[in-house]
Amino acid sequence: MAKGGPRNPMPHQDPKVRATNFEEVAMGYTEAMALDEAQRCLGCKAHPCVKGCPVNVHIPDFIAKIKDGDYIGASEEIKLTNALPSVCGRVCPQENQCEKHCILGIKGEPVAIGRLERFVADYQAASEKEKPEFKPLDASLAKYKVAVVGTGPSGLTVAADLAKLGYSVTMFEALHKIGGVLRYGIPEFRLPRTVLDAEIDYVKSLGVTILPNIIVGRTFKVKDLLEQGYDAVFVGSGAGAPKMMKIPGEGAAGIYSGNEWLTRINLMRAYSDDYDTPIRKPKKVCVIGAGNTAMDCTRTALRVGAESVTIVYRRGREEMPARAEEIENAEEEGVVFKLLTNPKRFIADEDGAVCAMECLKMELGEPDDSGRRRPVPVEGSEFNIECDTVIVALGQNPNPLIRTTTEGLECQSWGGIIIDEETGMTNIPGLFAGGDAVTGEATVILAMGAGKVAAKGIDNYIKSKYNL
Amino acid sequence: MNTHCENCNLANLTPDSLRNVIVAKEELSPVLTSLEISAPLIARSAKAGQFVIVYMGEGGERIPLTVSDSDPEKGTVTIIFQKVGKSTLELGTYNVGDVIEGIVGPLGKPTDVEKVGTVVVIGGGVGTAIAMPVAKAFAASGNKLITILGARSKDLVILEDKMREPADEFYVTTDDGSYGRKGLVTDQLKDLLDSQKIDLVFAVGPLPMMKFVCKTTKPYNVPTIVSLDALMIDGTGMCGGCRVTVGGKPMFTCVDGPDFDGQEVDWDELALRKRYYFEEEKEAKEKFLAGGNK
Repeated sequence: MAKGGPRNPMPHQDPKVRATNFEEVAMGYTEAMALDEAQRCLGCKAHPCVKGCPVNVHIPDFIAKIKDGDYIGASEEIKLTNALPSVCGRVCPQENQCEKHCILGIKGEPVAIGRLERFVADYQAASEKEKPEFKPLDASLAKYKVAVVGTGPSGLTVAADLAKLGYSVTMFEALHKIGGVLRYGIPEFRLPRTVLDAEIDYVKSLGVTILPNIIVGRTFKVKDLLEQGYDAVFVGSGAGAPKMMKIPGEGAAGIYSGNEWLTRINLMRAYSDDYDTPIRKPKKVCVIGAGNTAMDCTRTALRVGAESVTIVYRRGREEMPARAEEIENAEEEGVVFKLLTNPKRFIADEDGAVCAMECLKMELGEPDDSGRRRPVPVEGSEFNIECDTVIVALGQNPNPLIRTTTEGLECQSWGGIIIDEETGMTNIPGLFAGGDAVTGEATVILAMGAGKVAAKGIDNYIKSKYNL
Repeated sequence: MNTHCENCNLANLTPDSLRNVIVAKEELSPVLTSLEISAPLIARSAKAGQFVIVYMGEGGERIPLTVSDSDPEKGTVTIIFQKVGKSTLELGTYNVGDVIEGIVGPLGKPTDVEKVGTVVVIGGGVGTAIAMPVAKAFAASGNKLITILGARSKDLVILEDKMREPADEFYVTTDDGSYGRKGLVTDQLKDLLDSQKIDLVFAVGPLPMMKFVCKTTKPYNVPTIVSLDALMIDGTGMCGGCRVTVGGKPMFTCVDGPDFDGQEVDWDELALRKRYYFEEEKEAKEKFLAGGNK
């Protein structure tokens, strides 16, 4: 009997096997597991889980539909507020959001909301014929045009929400493939490409036009869109300027930013013989940093055949910013953690390729601005780590392109676009923004939440502009 | 107004109106090909010194290629490339009427063109395709323009008329002396530096050529701008693969460049980075030539 019982564990590929393939690591609930897990939900009146969700998914309602065996209905219930449930069911940090507020979590384990979300979304995606036909809420809005810059999670959310209301939406993507960070950043073994493609097809099925190979800011400017017939523009251009260590020797070959590494593998599929973009098969890999991107880098390095992969991180285990689940996955697959260690310089061989890193041991001092204890170098503790590949995964700054090509746009000193938090609008009327371009590097679901706010803001803006 | 202009009103864009159809093809030399391609949005915005990224479809690389000409009226851009590796050899098989899956741009900063006095623009090999629009722009800004075109031998000299036409003085050098002056562009440059006041040198070509142009101008303290072709992936500033050390600082060729102060570039590091995938590239090329790819 499920009520009061333990949480259903997620079936995983065996760590030894999965570290050699790009198949999905978490295999998803079976129908029986989903039904059992759904029974654990008390359907409580207060439903605190919903307030933990940045896009306010109707959680108790969709779980109730699972209990009735109505999986398509459950998926549709989620899609009322979330255009990308298969993605969110996989990559959201539910432990800090919906599941953190589940009252079952007070004394035991919370309902596995994310796993259930994934189950019903995948179920619907697999049942082609049962997709309900799309009708916009108000077809008369089709004469109003909205441009969306960037096809990552915030842009897809804005596009889907506005298309559902009835607006004509055109999306612009700088790369040759759609999905932004979902495509180039998140590896296939966490988010299979078929799942992502299905979510994008869903957004297209709402009537959204998506144009790749257009880099707004260069091909044309944001203001050109506002002047040439778009009633509103949303900028969701993401984070996209990698932070480097800025220490001697970083120009050596074999040193990649996390973005370059992941782009070569996820977007360009450099590991496959059928794809032209090259990658050198790594032997000894060091990944600098301990966030989610760093974990993705370690795990892709294993899958392209690295003999050893080491995380080098200047703070301690407690301070690692990655999700606990991702750290655990990496560790299970054989990633080594070299903590309280910071590179001082990179050493190259005669061909200019990195062959070692000189590192310093660190110790933790007083807490810094982030509330974490500040790492302090231990004098005279220099030592070398041999490596042929280094991946610098320290996070990213916002992509500066829109900021530097949009005259008069107000931005933070560190580059984030400034918006009104209620509406998502920038200081330029009709120009909205959200996601990492505003906040700096954050999560998929926060970007989607920002997309929801902006979609509402754009709807209100257009309706008040035309007295609708 | 041309129909392409109505189609490229930003509110009416469709995937069809943006199809990159090849409208003209010319073999400039045994290894250099010129393609004129329909790309109305890029044609309207491209400036001298900028480049595009070409993507030929699933499995392909993203290859950066300089825009050597653009015609906003016709809605076309012209790219000139050297068939040197797998991807450029493949692009060379495209013909008039064929469609290139993706062209994005214009990327990079345009060359900073101002009236400074006497400007020497040097194009070496395929770099001439980049030098040509830059030379035109310097002439149009009221500078005295001197152009030098360098190639290994006569059959590799390209765009001679276009380099001569805007210039007040024009020189050709070939390594083997089969055409123009026998020697290197730096020989001609040194003579010019010795004989008249030069205010700016712009050089683009093979990496050793640019490095030695900088060595040549250094004792004369003449500002020297070079256009770099680091390895790139996205071309939008996202990955940092094209980083180059300039003045001791890491710069991204795709967004901070491609033009840099040549005296500040760490040439040796750049050369090593460019060679990093040599084996992989060689293998891909051999496979392609053997007809075994895909």
